[in-house]
Amino acid sequence: MRIPLSWLREFAQVPADATAEDIMADLVKVGLEEEDVHRPADELTGPIVVGQVLSLEKEPQKNGKTINWCQVRVVPEGAEQTLTGDGIDPSGVQGIVCGAHNFGVGDKVVVTLPGAVLPGDFRISPRKTYGHVSAGMIASVRELGLGEDHEGIMVLSDFGLDAELGADVFELFALNDEAAEINVTPDRGYCFSIRGVAREYALSTGTAFVDPVSRVSVAEPTGEGYPVRLEDQAPIYGTDGCDRFVARTVRGVDPTRPTPPWMASRLRLAGMRSISLVVDISNYVMLELGQPLHFYDADKLRGPIVVRRANPGEKLTTLDEKTRELSAEDLLITDDRGPIGLAGVMGGAETEVDDATADVLIESAHFDAISMGRTRRRHRLPSEASKRNERGVDFALADVAAQRAIDLLLELAGGTAETTVTDVRKDPDAVVIDLPAGFASRLIGVDYTREQELAALDGVGASVEEYDGGLRVTAPTWRPDLAIKEDLVEEIARLVGYDRIPATLPVAPPGRGLTRAQQQRRRVLQGLADAGLTEVLNYPFVSTAQNNRFGTAVEGEEVAAVKLANPISSEFGFLRRSLLPGLLDAARRNHGRGFRDLALFEAGLVFEPGEQTGSAVLPPLGAKPADEVLDELDAGIPGQPWHIGGVLLGHEAAPAAGYAPRAWEWSDALDAARTVADLLGVDLAVAQGAHQAFHPGRTAQLSLRSGEVVGYAGELHPKLLSEQDLPERTAAFELNLEEIMAAAADVIVSKPISTFPVSTQDVALVVDGTTVAAAVLETLREGAGELLEEVALFDVYSGPGIEDGKKSLAFGLRFRAADRTLTADEASESRAAAVALAAERHGAVQR
Amino acid sequence: MSDATSALSDALETDSGATEPETPAVPHPTDEAAVSAAVEAALAAFEAAGDLAALKAARLAHTSDKSPLALANRQIGQLDKTDKATAGKLVGSARGRVNKALAARTAVLEEEEAARILVEETVDVTAAPRRRRAGARHPLSILQDRVSDIFVGMGWEIAEGPEVESEWFNFDALNFAPDHPAREMQDTFFVEPSEAHLVLRTHTSPVQVRSLLERDLPVYVLCPGRTFRTDELDATHTPVFHQFEGLAVDKGLTMADLRGTLEHFARQMFGAEARIRLRPAYFPFTEPSAELDIWHPGAKGGPRWIEWGGCGMVNPNVLRAAGIDPEQYSGFAFGMGVERTLMFRNDVDDMHDMIEGDVRFSQHFGMEI
Repeated sequence: MRIPLSWLREFAQVPADATAEDIMADLVKVGLEEEDVHRPADELTGPIVVGQVLSLEKEPQKNGKTINWCQVRVVPEGAEQTLTGDGIDPSGVQGIVCGAHNFGVGDKVVVTLPGAVLPGDFRISPRKTYGHVSAGMIASVRELGLGEDHEGIMVLSDFGLDAELGADVFELFALNDEAAEINVTPDRGYCFSIRGVAREYALSTGTAFVDPVSRVSVAEPTGEGYPVRLEDQAPIYGTDGCDRFVARTVRGVDPTRPTPPWMASRLRLAGMRSISLVVDISNYVMLELGQPLHFYDADKLRGPIVVRRANPGEKLTTLDEKTRELSAEDLLITDDRGPIGLAGVMGGAETEVDDATADVLIESAHFDAISMGRTRRRHRLPSEASKRNERGVDFALADVAAQRAIDLLLELAGGTAETTVTDVRKDPDAVVIDLPAGFASRLIGVDYTREQELAALDGVGASVEEYDGGLRVTAPTWRPDLAIKEDLVEEIARLVGYDRIPATLPVAPPGRGLTRAQQQRRRVLQGLADAGLTEVLNYPFVSTAQNNRFGTAVEGEEVAAVKLANPISSEFGFLRRSLLPGLLDAARRNHGRGFRDLALFEAGLVFEPGEQTGSAVLPPLGAKPADEVLDELDAGIPGQPWHIGGVLLGHEAAPAAGYAPRAWEWSDALDAARTVADLLGVDLAVAQGAHQAFHPGRTAQLSLRSGEVVGYAGELHPKLLSEQDLPERTAAFELNLEEIMAAAADVIVSKPISTFPVSTQDVALVVDGTTVAAAVLETLREGAGELLEEVALFDVYSGPGIEDGKKSLAFGLRFRAADRTLTADEASESRAAAVALAAERHGAVQR
Repeated sequence: MSDATSALSDALETDSGATEPETPAVPHPTDEAAVSAAVEAALAAFEAAGDLAALKAARLAHTSDKSPLALANRQIGQLDKTDKATAGKLVGSARGRVNKALAARTAVLEEEEAARILVEETVDVTAAPRRRRAGARHPLSILQDRVSDIFVGMGWEIAEGPEVESEWFNFDALNFAPDHPAREMQDTFFVEPSEAHLVLRTHTSPVQVRSLLERDLPVYVLCPGRTFRTDELDATHTPVFHQFEGLAVDKGLTMADLRGTLEHFARQMFGAEARIRLRPAYFPFTEPSAELDIWHPGAKGGPRWIEWGGCGMVNPNVLRAAGIDPEQYSGFAFGMGVERTLMFRNDVDDMHDMIEGDVRFSQHFGMEI
């Protein structure tokens, strides 16, 4: 909402030297946030004065144009030019070349004299043009920044103005006025009016407020006016779409009269265009009081006005000349022909006021906020009227606003008001709220006095009576947001001042610190960063193709995914099943920026729809749903486990003097995945794996000891890498972090440390080339029995000395007993048993 | 070091195959002047030795079995008894002086040798390679940990909830009426189909209600996490962002407690000079509500007030949604954006930097924030 200062001054005591910034500083204290300042004079510098065209010679030019060479008097006849400066003619008559033709000799016009500056830093100075020295400019609306509509120059009489020659145009067109723009929170519809803001300003500054309503005297009706019926056949939530409709008629208006500049200026500063006098008056009253009005050409109405919901198949062409299909929920203004307006949102084209209109029927009605909001959303029709109507308008305002409009019409557009008045109304119950004694103080922590409480409640316009030491408060009709006692406490707290609230630090009961899962996640993130990987946070939005490729190991399988109804980009309309698409994007972006050696990781949620997607149930506000309902809600929420993934490409470091860094490869991705498990104290089994996104021969499948597969690591599929524009050999991993965290032991049971001497033995086994080392290692572990302390693979060899298609695996075995020194024979026996089992299981032959 | 060691062992060898220098005259063991001259000759030779190799030659000349004093010593046995004693004393003392001088000179030369080797071993430390690239946490992730730690230090706990959330938890339970304009202002991502009533949570506030439903009172929790709104990415907006939200529900909590908590938190984050300011505002889930501004003493361009978040006293309807009697309990809640906090706390100008995963951004922060 933009507040022209001159308008605010009508109803509040604004200091003469106050700026828009000062106003905003006062308003922010009571909750109206500062947004912007609108000050046309910042872009406009004088001298800009009234002049009269003394003579005008039309001079056709070679370029086909005709220019006017004008003599323009800019001081009163007989007076002297008091201005001085380059190009200011002491005679008081300026020679000016003008290209526009909508004026003639004798017209009074707006003259920007040399020295003036117009919007866009356009400096006026005498200049040679078309064979003359043009000393100034005869200005148009556009040049002064007053609007985009009119190309022609400003002729004073067109604005209903007359002024002395040389008169200051800033004064005449109220160009020195400025506006403070504030942000109005959605509960405060009444602050979408000068009335509401002036009240808040007065409350903030402790000064007097004149309610604009008090300046309007509503005429006593002499009888029923235009027939109106309220017939809502389908109220929303049981609330009638319209509960008050005031209709009044003014006959014999002249809609072609100009809008007075003061009104145009205020509308402009308030952010609205001046359209025509009659329309401007309806907007003016809306801005001043907060009541949206609609004016009908009374001659175009046919029969009584009926307010009802739309019937199936009904259509309406609105003022913006769009024909709209109506919904059964749309509240309509209708007459005998059918719909003539979307109630409270936008009028219809057929009954619109135009230049030929003589008789105006004024609609000033009160509508249900929810109905208004739904219609506006459905038709995507945000309007100044809907903005106010859907936030709730003062029920008591309808007759006052109609009267204010009539007063302005009679004053500015002529005509006479009919003395009959239609006021169909169904008054709502007053909102009465009990505020128990001391409640405000208890909730805020400030000892408010009764006087402070009364002053605040009175200030917002509530009426208050005492009961049992507490206050019984009747909320003002313009504050539909005041409904519970906490609302009243906010009024007291904000008007006494939030800055009066002291600071006390409450003591929480002894806490349990981070949960185990939170600690585990932190350890993993920190651990991977320590291991040289860099954390990234990617958007979870992916395409179906990405989910089907990365979210399942099996090519061609379609994975279920959460679909967004309104994604930012329709291509990426699903939530991720895998972290890899985001990681690869991040890798490519970095690679493209010249970072060739990368190790990235991300931990985040992936989204796995369950059997039930959401729930049709939507329990009401302000009450705890039954446990079954809560269970039903939770059952519909997709699974969202934490995953962790990484991608490695290029080298582990940059090359340096005397140091050739190693290239990242499949085993580094596997190592990173195992690091994750190590950080959590979980042992992962590694097996040859297959995943469509990975190299078929270089993929490890990782599983828990329980057998559950928790992820993959290895080299990405070369085809994928070339499609993705990523370097060859790029490696990646992804794990279900949640599963691994859950597999971590709660308590690790200590094992006794034997201090007896160790006995180490190596063994080299020749096996088939396709036999995996991990399997042989597990066999050795099993076969060696309990004396084996550790076994590790330390070499893999194939080549001379080894049969083709075979390979040699060299293991180091460490034996130790808990209670004695092992003999060499004991260790050798264990080793032999291990080798025997490997021979049996894998056909291993000792070298 | 190995060079120095071998030089040392060479020097200490009692005998070696090295070419022996010309043998000087052997003094008579009772000839004090001659013995003394042999000592002086030895001492002079040691002193003249400039390195351990030269010292070795001097040692062989003056202390080996064939050195004048050794030969003189050998002659003592052939002397008569009285001379034997005199000569023994004289030659023994002379050999003692020579050995002492040799040891002293050896020590000096070894020291010099070791120092020379250290100088020779000098490398250009500025040319050293980094063998492992340093990793980094994402600043948004570190900042959330840091905020969490501040509250854990106050006895609060960290609560979490799902990112795809039921509409009821995201809105209705928080007192957003189905048709209230505030609901629409959240620019919500909806999940298909719309009858499923699922959304991407627009704030971390649904975790408030979950916490109240799941936990025993009193509740003091902080909920950090990812949130979503349908904004296009630009310098100051992103459809995916992070918030942290605090909630305390206890008997007798006041707005003064809210202010005290926020002040404490602000000082932990921005230093002892930090101050906060509350401005009246509107949120469906708090009443009274306030916008929270922070006086940031270290702000770029000088200290100033910066809009940080929203807060207020928990709306009784939110307590009721969790089955809590608002006549018995009161509470306060507050919420801030993590990105916004990072922007003004650490002078990040452009949201893109936080989103794009450029390694320079995270690595610049490393592990600390």
